[in-house]
Amino acid sequence: MGPSGCGKSTFLEIVAGLIKPTSGSVFIDGRQIKGPDRNRGIVFQGYALFPWRSVIGNIAYGLEEKGVPVKEREKICRKYISLVGLSGFENHYPFQLSGGMKQRVAIARALAYDPDILLMDEPFASLDAQTREILQGEILNIWDKTRKTVIFVTHNIEEAVFLADRIAIMSARPGIIRKIVDVPLGRPRFEEHRTAQELMSLRQEVGKLVREEASKNAI
Amino acid sequence: MPYRYIRNSTALIALLLAWELLPAFGIVNRTFLSSPSEVSAAMAKLIMTGELGMHTGISLQRAFTGFGLAVITMIPLGFLMGWYRGFEEISDNLVQTMRQVSSLSLFPVFLLFFGIGEISKIAVIYWGTQWPILLNTISGVKSVDPLLIKSARSMGSGDFSIFKKVVLPSSLPSIIVGLRLGATHAILVLVAAEMIGATSGLGYSIKNWEFNFMIPEMYAAIVTLALLGLTTNYSLVYLEKKMIKWKEETNVLQVEK
Repeated sequence: MGPSGCGKSTFLEIVAGLIKPTSGSVFIDGRQIKGPDRNRGIVFQGYALFPWRSVIGNIAYGLEEKGVPVKEREKICRKYISLVGLSGFENHYPFQLSGGMKQRVAIARALAYDPDILLMDEPFASLDAQTREILQGEILNIWDKTRKTVIFVTHNIEEAVFLADRIAIMSARPGIIRKIVDVPLGRPRFEEHRTAQELMSLRQEVGKLVREEASKNAI
Repeated sequence: MPYRYIRNSTALIALLLAWELLPAFGIVNRTFLSSPSEVSAAMAKLIMTGELGMHTGISLQRAFTGFGLAVITMIPLGFLMGWYRGFEEISDNLVQTMRQVSSLSLFPVFLLFFGIGEISKIAVIYWGTQWPILLNTISGVKSVDPLLIKSARSMGSGDFSIFKKVVLPSSLPSIIVGLRLGATHAILVLVAAEMIGATSGLGYSIKNWEFNFMIPEMYAAIVTLALLGLTTNYSLVYLEKKMIKWKEETNVLQVEK
């Protein structure tokens, strides 16, 4: 988390290998990141679906690039389509889907080629509140089934506390990690944890840190 | 369905009626305006003698050759210019200047170089047709959403793959607009070139039949040209619908540019 312009997305894109850091380097399990690789999958706020590909075509993209044979590709795609709850929409095009459905496709697409790490750049920011809550629940489910490391950028304090094990709060100019707080809540998590009393003080602490950084930014 | 077609053709039918009646009542001099029935009779006669088919064939051959050459050269060039910034930077001024040089103003030049044969006419059609195709291809490539390219890169796509799977499909709608404009242009230039310097083709025929006062025949050639334009446009719209199923339904016929 962090104020706008602190470099959250930039950091995520560096981890994805889409941009090179001006200085320094990023390592994952001891291996330096030198460019994009299918061991990391990214989900963007703007969905970034290929409008000329159907749902299944979009999800198949990474598998195609990986060289997975057609039959197996289709099998894997169907598995992830059902994981994100879009069975029956295989042949729809993105323009025929709602925002929440598009983001489900984007998540399935990033999972389909089985990366170790899932990078999510404010994936739910442009969705309405109800859809956002549903998808947050889905992400928890998906995590339960896939157990992937997820790096999740968000503006939303409640979302951060509900989803994360650790929350890193960034400060702007320079964009550095101000503090990392642990979320003292096990898994699996359920809807009632959203408003759980024991997390109240944590929400307040995180909220205070983020607001401080944001107001610094404003000056 | 049939009712809709009739309703949508109301104005067209009205025009045909007026066209038939105005000369019949002597409101317009029938020596200058042949009625649709006379024109169809002349057209039938010209089809029977094979004359109309011959001229249409020659015109189509010229238009298609010029248009086809423009397609196979300008689409690749458009991709190069749209994709490589440097390439566009050094050539943009040249393109902007050259496209202002009217095709017909160059026709005498082409006649000087290539003579009165087929090449000069194909060259002038090519000249006029290449600009809309080139410019629309460039703008198609340049308007590819960078987020999609990022997304493809994150899934391990290399440059060739990005070109084939992202840039190409993404710029297709714009390219097809270019093709439609190009085709319209091809027919326009074709007629003028044939009027100025040809001994066959529909443009030549219009001029020739007017000269010999074969007015219904002249109108028959004009109508044929209109039908050719209509067919071309509808075929390209059909192609567009076939190839681009992924866009929200828009009334393609109304966004005629």
